[in-house]
Amino acid sequence: MTRSSHAASPVVGVLALQGDYAPHAQALEEIGVRTKMVRTKEELAQVDALVLPGGESTTFLKLLDREGLFVPLQSFVQTRPTFGTCAGCILLAKKVLNPEQQSLGVLNATVERNAYGRQNDSEILTEETSLPGGPLEMVFIRAPRIADVGDGVEVLARRSGAPILVREQNVLAATFHPELSEDRRIHRYFLQMVEELPDASHTSHYKKTAVAQPVRTNL
Amino acid sequence: MTDHKNNGSGGHGLRLKVGLAEMLKGGVIMDVTDAQQAEIAERAGAVAVMALERVPAQIRAEGGVARMASIKKIKEIMSASSIPVMAKCRIGHFVEAQVLQELGIDFIDESEVLTPADELHHVDKHAFKTPFVCGARDLGEALRRIAEGAAMIRTKGEAGTGDVVHAVKHLRQIVKDMRQLTVMGEEELYAAAKEHRAPYELIRMVAKSGKLPVPNFSAGGIATPADAALVRQLGAEAVFVGSGIFMSDSTTFAPPKEAEIRARAIVRATTFFDDPKVLAEASEECTGAMKGLAISAMDPSSMMQTRGW
Repeated sequence: MTRSSHAASPVVGVLALQGDYAPHAQALEEIGVRTKMVRTKEELAQVDALVLPGGESTTFLKLLDREGLFVPLQSFVQTRPTFGTCAGCILLAKKVLNPEQQSLGVLNATVERNAYGRQNDSEILTEETSLPGGPLEMVFIRAPRIADVGDGVEVLARRSGAPILVREQNVLAATFHPELSEDRRIHRYFLQMVEELPDASHTSHYKKTAVAQPVRTNL
Repeated sequence: MTDHKNNGSGGHGLRLKVGLAEMLKGGVIMDVTDAQQAEIAERAGAVAVMALERVPAQIRAEGGVARMASIKKIKEIMSASSIPVMAKCRIGHFVEAQVLQELGIDFIDESEVLTPADELHHVDKHAFKTPFVCGARDLGEALRRIAEGAAMIRTKGEAGTGDVVHAVKHLRQIVKDMRQLTVMGEEELYAAAKEHRAPYELIRMVAKSGKLPVPNFSAGGIATPADAALVRQLGAEAVFVGSGIFMSDSTTFAPPKEAEIRARAIVRATTFFDDPKVLAEASEECTGAMKGLAISAMDPSSMMQTRGW
């Protein structure tokens, strides 16, 4: 365990409306992080950082909208450490294609849904990343493709030229599923982002110093 | 027969199959018979749709041989959906499964709702790249299907009835069978394997973990938000809803608006399955449940759940 579990250590929420939230919570707990499932705005207010898991992005959007969680989440992801995988990455993007849909608009990128095909085209690859420790196993399931990234987005890994792991300030996004592999390097990297918080308490917000301000999509 | 060398189960195959099932957890998979219903399902928040020619309630009412849906129908539903599309093949009909795989269906349901094509053998699901879901009434049946390569198990329940009683029965049975294994000694597991008519290795795996090695969903008669939450609370990780959304009774479709309201309420109840306040709201939103058919009043020979072995 890398962290003590005293009261001041940050709590990482996992959006648990639908999808593979349990493997994310397990991955975080394995590296000593306190986690909390988030399904309501009250629960969102109790966490310092958030994981948006894999699942169906359309289902997430409908539930976020109906539960009045979309707007609080949109403001949360502007400043707090947030990590989205697959459907989570789609949700974070500024623009979504195939089909066009609503998103939180905090990641300066265009993401195309199901861009590699259907389930029969899902695959597990091992690719280089800019994280230390050598090539990383990556599980792609009906994966989206990051078609392009704008200013301020750092590309940490690519697949045939297209970005698959990116960071923009407080936001980390992967088009694959690190929670379904045993390698915990990406979750540890996210933990580092969480620990970079000036104060783990909820009142002080992570300072965003981006050159390009993220564009909010309208509801 | 399908070429085993090109199958999806070698190497990473099973992980990718189970991976997609993981993504569907906490969600609702809805039976649809055309593009309009597929759009309603997606708008309501379904995680996947099951492309069918007729919903189980209609199959039951109309009789005849129920087969894989027409290709035209499946393609129509696939092009209307951005979410995964499932389709059913008959038990043991590996050629229907080959056709569905060729079409690019995301999950194949080897289903008792269709008329079985083989009285002895289920499809060798390891031979396919496309993942399979299969029905089960108890742990032994679930593990036999997993041994054949199923990447997801669902309760059989009694499809097309709108009566949840057998989905509950099968789910409780599977959970009870698993719980019993966890307190057994090593030497008892051999006898348990014989009793459940399931491979020892899988029995041992369940005894250790207390759960199935693949996701465990529920199907068969779920018709209301409370039904969906009931099976979730009993341990189902996601739900299949068929006739319960789009039918008023076994032969009449519900008005699309009413179907959409029902579908939305069931999605909400599946996510907030343990929150009675939300369940009360979802139940209130939901108007006009399917009339249904009480299983206790049915002729046992008309049951679909006894198909498969």
